[in-house]
Amino acid sequence: MIWLAWRQFRLQAAIALFALVLVAVFLAVTGAHLRDLYDASGITTCRAHGDCAALESLFLAHDKVLRNLLGPSLLAVPALLGLFWGAPLLARELESGTYRLAWTQSIPRTRWLAVKVTLVGVASIAVAELFSLMVSWWFSPVDKVSLNRFTPGIFDQRGIVAIGYAAFAVALGVSAGALIRKTLPAMATTLIGFVAVRLFITYLVRPHLVSPNHLSAPLGSVPDVGFAAAPAGTTLMAGSPNVPNAWIQSNQIVNAAGRAPSGQYVHRFLQLHCPSIVETPSAGSRPAPAAFKECIAQLSTSFHEAVTYQPASNYWPFQAYETLIFLGLALVLIGFSFWWVRHRIT
Amino acid sequence: MSSVLEADGLGRRYGRRWALRDCTLDIPAGRVVALVGPNGAGKTTLLHLAVGLLEPTTGTIGVLGEKVSDTPAQLGRVGFVAQETPVYPALSVADHLRLGAHLNPGWDDRVAQERMQQLQLDPSQRAGSLSGGQRAQLALALAVAKRPKLLLLDEPVASLDPLARREFLQGLMEIASEQEVSVILSSHLVADLERVCDYLVLLTASRIQLAGEVEELLATHRRLIGPRRDIDSLPAGQQVIEASHTDRQSTLLVHTEEPIHDPAWAVEEVSVEDLVLAYMRQGTAAQRDPSPVWGVKR
Repeated sequence: MIWLAWRQFRLQAAIALFALVLVAVFLAVTGAHLRDLYDASGITTCRAHGDCAALESLFLAHDKVLRNLLGPSLLAVPALLGLFWGAPLLARELESGTYRLAWTQSIPRTRWLAVKVTLVGVASIAVAELFSLMVSWWFSPVDKVSLNRFTPGIFDQRGIVAIGYAAFAVALGVSAGALIRKTLPAMATTLIGFVAVRLFITYLVRPHLVSPNHLSAPLGSVPDVGFAAAPAGTTLMAGSPNVPNAWIQSNQIVNAAGRAPSGQYVHRFLQLHCPSIVETPSAGSRPAPAAFKECIAQLSTSFHEAVTYQPASNYWPFQAYETLIFLGLALVLIGFSFWWVRHRIT
Repeated sequence: MSSVLEADGLGRRYGRRWALRDCTLDIPAGRVVALVGPNGAGKTTLLHLAVGLLEPTTGTIGVLGEKVSDTPAQLGRVGFVAQETPVYPALSVADHLRLGAHLNPGWDDRVAQERMQQLQLDPSQRAGSLSGGQRAQLALALAVAKRPKLLLLDEPVASLDPLARREFLQGLMEIASEQEVSVILSSHLVADLERVCDYLVLLTASRIQLAGEVEELLATHRRLIGPRRDIDSLPAGQQVIEASHTDRQSTLLVHTEEPIHDPAWAVEEVSVEDLVLAYMRQGTAAQRDPSPVWGVKR
């Protein structure tokens, strides 16, 4: 059976290998160039002078187009594998009727499926993860400068998650093919299903995978503190504190009891403690810096910023959980495909 | 092992439609069986049930003395040539033989090579570019070289031209005589199979209408032609399958175990085709009208 599975797969495998080599060469050349730029940029020594920001933005201006292309195309790799390797695995046999040839040889159809799924699955995982590693290597100088490894889209391109994505995409393709029995509709279903599940996990499941850390930052220590006047009252605003490489999940200005103050309360507080700021017409003139500073000091006595965040050390747990979720989904789908092929097909 | 295919109350339903129902059969070993019936009568369903591609909805089916299952041993004993003889278009003829050799422990490469030489197929030719007849022959070679005890063929000659049809059936007969193999082949045209089969199973409207040895069937059916008479007046042993009447004359096709003694009848032997057509009409009439219609009275 291994012979047949390989014989039917070898052309696709050759195409994938060719693409891998092509991309590897391209990335090696452009990646080496990017590394030279990084070494020449002076970023490595800038900490001593303290002029890092300018150097970094100068460096990040390079290869922008390529960077914007590489990321999304890497995200498409697992989907393509599911489409072109997963979906036709059963659908093509069922559509063309060759399953009647394959499943009436002296080998149970479940073993036939096991060998094919294993070969295609392992190959897909290998291809997706190799692409991911290559692109991660290419990006490593960029990541050193502007890394937020948790950013959706970046998180999905690095580490080990490609393994889970590829396994899931192929499993989804296989089971869609078993159910639908036509190659093109199975491919379309695979694409839609894959994108939907990826978005769902990224935005609705991933934030809850690891319980976050909490931090209360005094208002004086956080950047961009300010006020906004609105008819309903005045709101306080503040930027996130600088936690290196962390994923800030929420930040809110709260009182000592941990509750967000109402607009009216803030307004009255400001009227009481820093009248000069409240009375400043909102358009045109600005409050005097000294008065502003004084006002923030006053606010700090009653309010602080409550931050929920995932520290950089949670990165690998996140990677592991997300990979396991997709591997688990893949296993469920493959289990379903086996059951369906064994009991429900034809 | 005396029977190659046993079915008891076998039925298969697709959604609400029964493709096959109440099928009870016992086909003895060593026969070449013609499975005949109009398109959509359930022939493919029966064969797929026999080879394990389908599971029965009701009843049981056994092949070569064992319940149909997809164990390697059971699969190895049944050769199957599916309808329209599917092959992998991108794989060469030689690849198909290699496929057979890898997937069948009982593979007999000598048989496969002999068949290929006889057919003069180019081993490096892609299966996708074969003619219908060549493809059917390749599928047959694959099914035969696994050395089955039972060979099932689903409409193997339906899409072949008359010459390829003859060659295919000739090849099949050689195989049946050389190897100890029972053969069941289906067709919607009985004329294709009349010369090669010695056992007949007729399926109409998803039910078995008739099953038996061809010789016995021919011996127990007669066409009676005589003056017009009411068919109720026939002796008890004579069962009318089909009757047609003109003003003065009645023509009956009857099943009888006894010789016909009534001198009023001119007695004729029937052909397999007559028999099949008569039972087929009976089956379709029964389908239109649930109460059995034995003849058309005027």
